[in-house]
Amino acid sequence: MSEPETKKSEYLVEVKDLKEWFPVKTGWFHTTPLKAVDGVSFNIKAGETLGLVGESGCGKTTVGRTLLRLYEPTGGEFYFNGELVTEKNIHPLRKQMQMVFQDPYSSLNPRMTVEDIIGEPLDIHHLYSSRQERHDKIMHLMELVGLNAEHATRYAHEFSGGQRQRIGIARALAVDPKFIVCDEPVSALDVSIQAQVINMFEELQEKLGVAYLFIAHDLLVVRHISKRVAVMYLGRIVEIADTDDLYDHPIHPYTLSLLSAVPIPDPKTARASKRIILEGDVPSPLHMPSGCPFRTRCRYATEQCAKEAPALKDRGGNHFVACWNK
Amino acid sequence: MSENYSIPAPKKHPLSLQIDPALFEKATDEEKKQTDVMAESTTFFKDGMRRLRKNPLAVFSFWVLVVLIMIMLFAPMVVPYSYEEIITVEGVRDKGAANLAPFQYSAKEQAYMDKYGVRIFPHIMGTDELCRDYFIRVVYGTRVSFLVGIFASLMVLVIGTIYGAISGYFGGKVDLIMMRIVDIIYSLPDLLVIILLSVVFKETMDFSSVPVVGKLGTNMVSMFIVFGLLYWVGMARMVRGEIMGIKQNEYVLAAKSMGASGSRIIRRHILPNCLSVIIIMTAQEIPAAIFTESYLSFIGLGVALPMPSLGSLANAARSGMQSYPWKLVFPAASIVLIVLAFNLIGDAMRDAFDPKLKN
Ligand SMILES: Nc1ncnc2c1ncn2[C@@H]1O[C@H](COP(=O)(O)OP(=O)(O)OP(=O)(O)O)[C@@H](O)[C@H]1O
Ligand code: SF4
Ligand SMILES: [Mg+2]
Repeated sequence: MSEPETKKSEYLVEVKDLKEWFPVKTGWFHTTPLKAVDGVSFNIKAGETLGLVGESGCGKTTVGRTLLRLYEPTGGEFYFNGELVTEKNIHPLRKQMQMVFQDPYSSLNPRMTVEDIIGEPLDIHHLYSSRQERHDKIMHLMELVGLNAEHATRYAHEFSGGQRQRIGIARALAVDPKFIVCDEPVSALDVSIQAQVINMFEELQEKLGVAYLFIAHDLLVVRHISKRVAVMYLGRIVEIADTDDLYDHPIHPYTLSLLSAVPIPDPKTARASKRIILEGDVPSPLHMPSGCPFRTRCRYATEQCAKEAPALKDRGGNHFVACWNK
Repeated sequence: MSENYSIPAPKKHPLSLQIDPALFEKATDEEKKQTDVMAESTTFFKDGMRRLRKNPLAVFSFWVLVVLIMIMLFAPMVVPYSYEEIITVEGVRDKGAANLAPFQYSAKEQAYMDKYGVRIFPHIMGTDELCRDYFIRVVYGTRVSFLVGIFASLMVLVIGTIYGAISGYFGGKVDLIMMRIVDIIYSLPDLLVIILLSVVFKETMDFSSVPVVGKLGTNMVSMFIVFGLLYWVGMARMVRGEIMGIKQNEYVLAAKSMGASGSRIIRRHILPNCLSVIIIMTAQEIPAAIFTESYLSFIGLGVALPMPSLGSLANAARSGMQSYPWKLVFPAASIVLIVLAFNLIGDAMRDAFDPKLKN
């Protein structure tokens, strides 16, 4: 970048107080904001991975989509490479940010061949000068993600889930991005294939130096690949720390319960006695509890929790927690 | 079995399902890859055509239409009569050739044949009250019906698809307003409007100076316009509904996240995925248009005389129904055949290309 290096920061992705409220019709003339994402902040360095974990419906997908401006954010800022992302400068930036989607079936157009699917970002950003160059690039990408180049003329429905996800990854990589939002890229896949695909994500990161926001609903999946992990609950980040720190010394009651829900491979060492079972359901994001959003299911809840929402506070060693009592 | 292999198979009960592992060898990487993608590569179109060909009714209707089209195209070259002129024998108008039965000759023709020992081309469907060959008139009537059907449904296709695509793609307020307009048009009594419009066009428009189009006659052109203006709403609704569904797919979001423009998303992602619905709707629109054209011509609002149309032929035959029933039977049978064949093909296409719609 030849721009004046006034705001160069150490982070590739800086998200500050991101908010995404969807207006939901609740009556004839009433709309209530559904706070799918309510003040989320995090940073990612170039070539690193931030894992984003939380139950279904807590707003993980919405975070990813809002970053890529598939939704117009309600509030907050997103700096990419030190540059504030706005509606105006998003188009050229789309070459540097990509997304891998959750559902390998609905994320590939069934009427397009693999070649055209992977070539689409190239077409949009005019990244080739001849047909041959386009073809070569696509072949290279297919090889990169472990697809047989002979299958370029086939349609997506002819592939298995794991292969389709690879096609989706090749498409994301086509523009040589610096940052990819991976929205639960493995949760729709067989367990046996999950590991393969995650390993591929890691290898690609080593080779290409791309940064990931890696979304998952299960802590095990992200442990392997993430440098840092953020835990989300009802549109907010409740705990964010370096991966090992988070897994070894979880602080927030929600993180504790998530970790205790992770199946432990060796039953002898199982923390069965300490297992914390979450009671009740996630409250509807339309009717958020006052104060701490986790209050309705928290064993440590006190009066203060109902009055005031706890802010993320550093507990030392870059380990942030939003909780009054832990 | 065991003689074929160097490794002797262990003795086991003949009914045992136990498998001897020694008989197996490891799959090579290449073989493993082959199982990765197993289904034979087919495109959406090929697959649909294969199912269509398996449907006997569709195949039969297809051939019926092919035969009809052949007759339509080539009969005027073979048959020595014209649809608007009175039959002549030796250059003289044959006044006695009115209302002949099929394959019947008039007295003059019979005399001519006896005199020269030749055969005159038979009147396959007889003649009408103005001494014109009826077969050729029915053939021309069929031509008109086909033309109207195909052009009208093309107009519906273009207007309906574009309108529906815009409404469905943008959604929100745009969609709300566009769909209210559709609702208004939809709620108009079709036939009343068609009749009003065709009367208005008949009085006010003149296409005879426009090249190509002028040849078809003002009435026929206004007929296309009337159909186009009225029947696109059904298509627009279908396309919009389909697009609303397709829009939810992540591949559309993926294209947006890559920076694809709205028109690219419509062209590359949305339209190809509602193609089946569009094809099916168009195929079903053709018989509807043909039927309406016949209806209008029957009540005297269709194509202008002397150009025959199946509807106006049937109308003219009404008066002599008792004495010359075949004059009603031929055009009526022709309408039925065409509409039925198109409808059967349309339904078969729906089943072949979009099994979801079948119910
Ligand atoms: N376009 C939208 N309009 C209205 N509400 C929405 C929209 N998208 C998401 N939501 C709501 O926002 C909340 C968060 O949804 P989101 O898809 O981000 O959750 P998630 O964490 O990705 O869940 P999952 O694990 O199931 O994918 C949900 O309550 C959802 O109903
Ligand atoms: S702030 Fe209170 S309710 Fe929220 S997690 Fe901490 S203890 Fe539980
Ligand atoms: Mg999600």
